[in-house]
Amino acid sequence: MDTKTLKKYFNEMYADNGAVREIYKRYGHWLKNLPDGTLARRNAEAELLFRRLGITFAVYGETVEAERLIPFDIVPRIFGASEWQRLELGLKQRVRALNAFLHDIYHDQEIIKTGIISAHQVLNNTQYRPEMKGVDLPNQVYAHIAGIDLVRIAENDFYVLEDNLRTPSGVSYMLENRKTMMRLFPELFVKHAIEPVEHYPQMLLNTLREAAPPNVAYPVIVVMTPGSYNSAYFEHAYLASQMGVELVEGQDLFVHQQKVYMHTTEGPQQVHVIYRRVDDDFIDPRVFRSDSTLGVPGLMAAYCSGNVALANGVGTGVADDKSTYLFVPDMIRFYLGEAPLLSNVPTWRLSEPDDLSYVLAHLPELVIKEVQGSGGYGMLIGPTSSKAEIEAYRLRILAEPAKFIAQPTLALSSCPTLVESGVAPRHVDLRPFVLSGKDVRIAPGGLTRVALTEGSLVVNSSQGGGTKDTWVLEN
Amino acid sequence: MLSRTAENLFWMARHIERAENTARVLDVAHRTSLLPLDIEGTQAYLWYAPLNITGCAECYEVKYGLAKADTVSHYMALDPDNPTSIYSCLKLARENARTVRGAITSEMWEVINDTWLELNSLPKQMDYEKFRDFFDWVKNRSHLFRGVTLDTIIKDVGLSFIKLGTFLERADNTARILDVKYHILLPSLNDVGGAADYYQWGSLLKSVSAFEAYQKIYRDVISPQRVSELLIFRDDMPRSLHACMDEVEDALRAINGHSGKEAQRLAGEQHAALHFGLTQDAFSEGLHEFLTDFLKNTALLSREIREAYLSRQDTAMIRQLTT
Repeated sequence: MDTKTLKKYFNEMYADNGAVREIYKRYGHWLKNLPDGTLARRNAEAELLFRRLGITFAVYGETVEAERLIPFDIVPRIFGASEWQRLELGLKQRVRALNAFLHDIYHDQEIIKTGIISAHQVLNNTQYRPEMKGVDLPNQVYAHIAGIDLVRIAENDFYVLEDNLRTPSGVSYMLENRKTMMRLFPELFVKHAIEPVEHYPQMLLNTLREAAPPNVAYPVIVVMTPGSYNSAYFEHAYLASQMGVELVEGQDLFVHQQKVYMHTTEGPQQVHVIYRRVDDDFIDPRVFRSDSTLGVPGLMAAYCSGNVALANGVGTGVADDKSTYLFVPDMIRFYLGEAPLLSNVPTWRLSEPDDLSYVLAHLPELVIKEVQGSGGYGMLIGPTSSKAEIEAYRLRILAEPAKFIAQPTLALSSCPTLVESGVAPRHVDLRPFVLSGKDVRIAPGGLTRVALTEGSLVVNSSQGGGTKDTWVLEN
Repeated sequence: MLSRTAENLFWMARHIERAENTARVLDVAHRTSLLPLDIEGTQAYLWYAPLNITGCAECYEVKYGLAKADTVSHYMALDPDNPTSIYSCLKLARENARTVRGAITSEMWEVINDTWLELNSLPKQMDYEKFRDFFDWVKNRSHLFRGVTLDTIIKDVGLSFIKLGTFLERADNTARILDVKYHILLPSLNDVGGAADYYQWGSLLKSVSAFEAYQKIYRDVISPQRVSELLIFRDDMPRSLHACMDEVEDALRAINGHSGKEAQRLAGEQHAALHFGLTQDAFSEGLHEFLTDFLKNTALLSREIREAYLSRQDTAMIRQLTT
């Protein structure tokens, strides 16, 4: 193994002296005694399984080529019980504060009055929805499903990279990865006590039930998808069938006297909770984009009068914006009166002149992101970019500095991963899924994303990243 | 069940059945064309039959003119521009299935998806002599789909809509085959029992998988009256109008809700006419008139089913809410 890499980046499995970390002991022992070629053979099996699943589920386009599966890596990423517990507390704390922030900015706006965050930052944000002012939501929860992206720099050093509070996806991969691992390596599950994740759909269903308008004893819940051509359609259909609820499109719903109904073969049936995987902009052509055919006319009126719940709520985007991100530690102190358990990555806001001049002088060392961007698109990674790329990006920044933020290039931890040359370290991050209803719940672990190209720090699936099964060991 | 889900299940089944029926109709044309021809222009006459049965003669003429063996075969089997070609039916069936992926079983999806992928691996233009194999393949895929469906799907309202689609399409098709072929075959009525006649009526029976049943039941020369009795009134013949309406009536009865009263009444009425009807009455009325009536009533029933269960007219739903 390349010792330089080991020193530079935290390796999830090996300590700096090359010894296997305690948490990976059993797995390492098993891996060492595996007959040659076994891993490659099982990997081929996994690919076959996923291709079949793909053929079964994830066919989007006309041709087979148009369908792209996210590559699955068969080496698991493992957390110990105590380190996971710390993360879990930090995640719950963060999501509580984010929901409190959303409730506040759509009600009394205390955080603005005390000057912690400027009115401009909140109210002029394109994701701020004035329609939501004064609307009361059950349990004061806005982001029922949150995906918080974490990276690890050192043994006890985790950073939150970004909060996803709109329609975070990927949880179906977490579930499918576990199923596949259990099928391929039953012996490993006998050797380890691994926290199960299979109950996630039940947890989600409970969370959605708790989001229902009060006084509805048996809420009718549906999953709403933009349709079968959406890239995450597989996940929408998967979650609906796992929860045993209908998968609807906008055309299946209509609003009458501020109540939402779906068209069924037995006539209209009222719907109380919509787990919608359609963005705010498209859910109601009467209020937001009038050219949207994905939504339901009148849905916002029904929502604001409290007859139907939307998960996630409308207007959460203002809280997961990359320029609002900066204030999350302040939110935790302000709303919860606690010290933040998870750190933010130091961030420069290019709307601030001082930050801007520092960043422009240090572009080759930094990562620059668009405030509204997601999915790893449109970012600049200074250390791996050419001079020409950096100069081109500089012009984009100068044209509209407020559209960007900058962060130091993080030394993402790496995890052993099966690649063509064998098992080698590749950089990983983690997206745990945090559910908020009457309580905050988390499925142990989450989705580990891995950058399959050597040295690459971009793990997004849209940029060729893969995924791993994530284990949390029981005490 | 969501109306959209029901609609897609209904059309998925209907498109697959339609693909199979088109393959059957073309297959019988291919068989018949092997007979020596004695009349000038018979070939064109012969190849108009499949176009007339599926109701696409006009569109065909615009594109190709005179009906000829190879172009009719291509147009009805593989032409993506023809919305009723086997190709288009299988494509639409797959689109229906994908939209309601959660309402069908993995096995059903695999059959439909594999069929579509295999179809696309075939050459865009097929040699004339390969068509017979292709028709067999289409029939087999359709058989496989129905077998897998009955073996794997839960017996709920979803299956009822699949059955409705299958048997309405099948009834429609059997009636059309009988109607169109009867016209062609009439000139040979005075030659009952002759070789050509045997072959003609025989291929009609074969096209609806009824040749062996005929021999078993009647043990006699093939006569138009008996063919009609077999394909219209006998309820033990799987592709007969009576058998299809048995299934349609059963399926409708299994669907809950108040909106289907009229559809149930129409289906019951049509079923009773077949259950208690007599072959000689149909003949004295005129077989063509009888079949035209049947097709008209089937279309009426299809429209009623669509309005009662499948359409998503907000106004109609709101009417239900307010009354």
